[in-house]
Amino acid sequence: MNGDKQVPGLWHRTTLVARGGDGRFDRGGKWFLAVLALVAIGVSFLNQVVPSSSALHISAFAITLIGKYLCYGMLALSVDLIWGYCGILSLGHAAFFALGGYAMGMYLMREIGPRGVYGNPILPDFMVFLNYKSLPWFWYGFNHFLFAVLMMLLVPALLALVFGWFAFRSRVTGVYFSIITQALTYALMLAFFRNNMGFGGNNGFTDFKDILGFDLHSDLTHAVLLVITAAMLAASYIACRAIVESRAGRVVLAIRDAESRTRFLGYPVESFKLWLFVFSGIIAGIAGALYVPQIGIINPSEFAPINSIEVVIWVAVGGRGTLYGAIAGAVLVNYAKTYLTGAFPEVWLYALGALFVLVTIFLPRGIIGLIPARRPAKRQPRGGGEYQADAAATNAPPIERVIEK
Amino acid sequence: MNVRNKRLYLEDVTVSFDGFKALNQLTLYVEPGELLCIIGPNGAGKTTMMDVITGKTRPDSGTAWFGGDYDLLQLSEPEIVAAGIGRKFQKPTVFEQLTVFENLELALAGTRSFLKTLRARITSAQQRRIDEVLDIIGLSEHRWSLGRILSHGQKQWLEIGMLLMQNPELLLVDEPVAGMTPHEIERTTQLLLSLEGEHSIVVVEHDMSFVRSIARRVTVLHEGQVIAEGDMDKVQKDPRVIEVYLGV
Repeated sequence: MNGDKQVPGLWHRTTLVARGGDGRFDRGGKWFLAVLALVAIGVSFLNQVVPSSSALHISAFAITLIGKYLCYGMLALSVDLIWGYCGILSLGHAAFFALGGYAMGMYLMREIGPRGVYGNPILPDFMVFLNYKSLPWFWYGFNHFLFAVLMMLLVPALLALVFGWFAFRSRVTGVYFSIITQALTYALMLAFFRNNMGFGGNNGFTDFKDILGFDLHSDLTHAVLLVITAAMLAASYIACRAIVESRAGRVVLAIRDAESRTRFLGYPVESFKLWLFVFSGIIAGIAGALYVPQIGIINPSEFAPINSIEVVIWVAVGGRGTLYGAIAGAVLVNYAKTYLTGAFPEVWLYALGALFVLVTIFLPRGIIGLIPARRPAKRQPRGGGEYQADAAATNAPPIERVIEK
Repeated sequence: MNVRNKRLYLEDVTVSFDGFKALNQLTLYVEPGELLCIIGPNGAGKTTMMDVITGKTRPDSGTAWFGGDYDLLQLSEPEIVAAGIGRKFQKPTVFEQLTVFENLELALAGTRSFLKTLRARITSAQQRRIDEVLDIIGLSEHRWSLGRILSHGQKQWLEIGMLLMQNPELLLVDEPVAGMTPHEIERTTQLLLSLEGEHSIVVVEHDMSFVRSIARRVTVLHEGQVIAEGDMDKVQKDPRVIEVYLGV
């Protein structure tokens, strides 16, 4: 520094620039939010206002598809927050997603009321079919939407809290943590497959009628759901961005890079991990809750271990430690999946595997890493002499190092 | 000897690992503001001594006092850090993906909880302290550089800077010049000398010319005991030291 005193607060901006960011809203983040708003509003406009005879009309199918991609993007965001920034590789995040989805599903099932096949005003169809005499206690309250929303947030949060508390307190890290998260989601899958769990067994929940009185078979409801999903995704993104750009976010990066050193500085490492993990679980839960009314079904296969692994691939493909990269990865990979499973169904899994291998080898910073970093010279903070451009694209170290950890 | 006048006071400290005595009734003191060098061949017990002071290793017997107020044997590792003892490890570990400034920011004394750090902002007093430390360690020019692009020497200085952020009364510095270029050694010498007086400093080092250039008082450890003490010239003439070091 050439002796000039910095205004407190300005350093914050400048350090972010040094890491390739662009102040409170990084460049990529701004673009992401702009594109997201444009897509959500544009697509629903083209679906609702443009007549279906027009070439510009977007079908209800496409609306649902985009809504699904955005939910997956939110799930990828939650994984990137803990993996990209804190080095916690969770291979069980689909469990939180599914739990949020089940909470929403329970509300939607009770919303059906007497319109079910068996016409029972209280019991959902599958309970009548399985000879339930009365509603299990844990289904109470789900006829109220607000209670259901509370559960969508609380149940994934509670699971993340309890699981994370045990895992982090015992200093379970790296690949061991990844393995037990796989076990977690697998165990939940087996549990939800059981008919006597009271969650519809392998059929799960489906045949929903409406949400808050709005018909789930109408295009308008789906367009509104898409806009809500986009808004929630934007809000989650902004919240995650605020966390990673706070001092807590820098502590989290410090934990990722040198955990014991961070502990030695006096930071309660386990508590940081736990807070982040719970927050991430909540985002995943919200994503699941938004997913179910749009897709129209939730069943135990959502807990399948492979789902959680796919999320990690989306994040890696998009670019770890950037947040918006994870979302982009989720959308792109899932678009490819939609296309390939339609056009060449037998190729998809090979393509996914090849994609992961190729990205790991050739694009360690993901697709986002292909975008050239802003030239540092223009925005160079005063005094920063040795800043290197290759550090700019992302906060994350190359992927193979993190996997080894 | 009056414990209260000493910054650090170890008496009759014994540590044994499976019968091997890493420290054997070690008695040692450090004056306030003093820069003390500790030398000794491998296995002399230098690192074990540091471990005892920072609470990492508990001695079998003996006493260890910090400034007369803190019984180090009763405190946990974080409590000892909070009491004002900072330790720099042999291998520098700075946060590679954070800038120099951010490394120092995280080392600031104060808030440590997640929710508080979520909202923490740097006050102007803290900003001044960081500027001050950047100046002391000579990294003002590199404040926006990521930790990972620093040279080995710069990382060592940054780590010393991170210790200074917590205003420790006693600094334990393990082999600060290992692997440094002559120029870096020169700057490290100046850095440590500039801290003398403000802080008590204990330096463990092998490099004899470095020790000669900074130390007023040198303590030689061998097999867990002090075998010689005094200024460098006196120590080097001591027959036991010559024997241990094969005529260094």
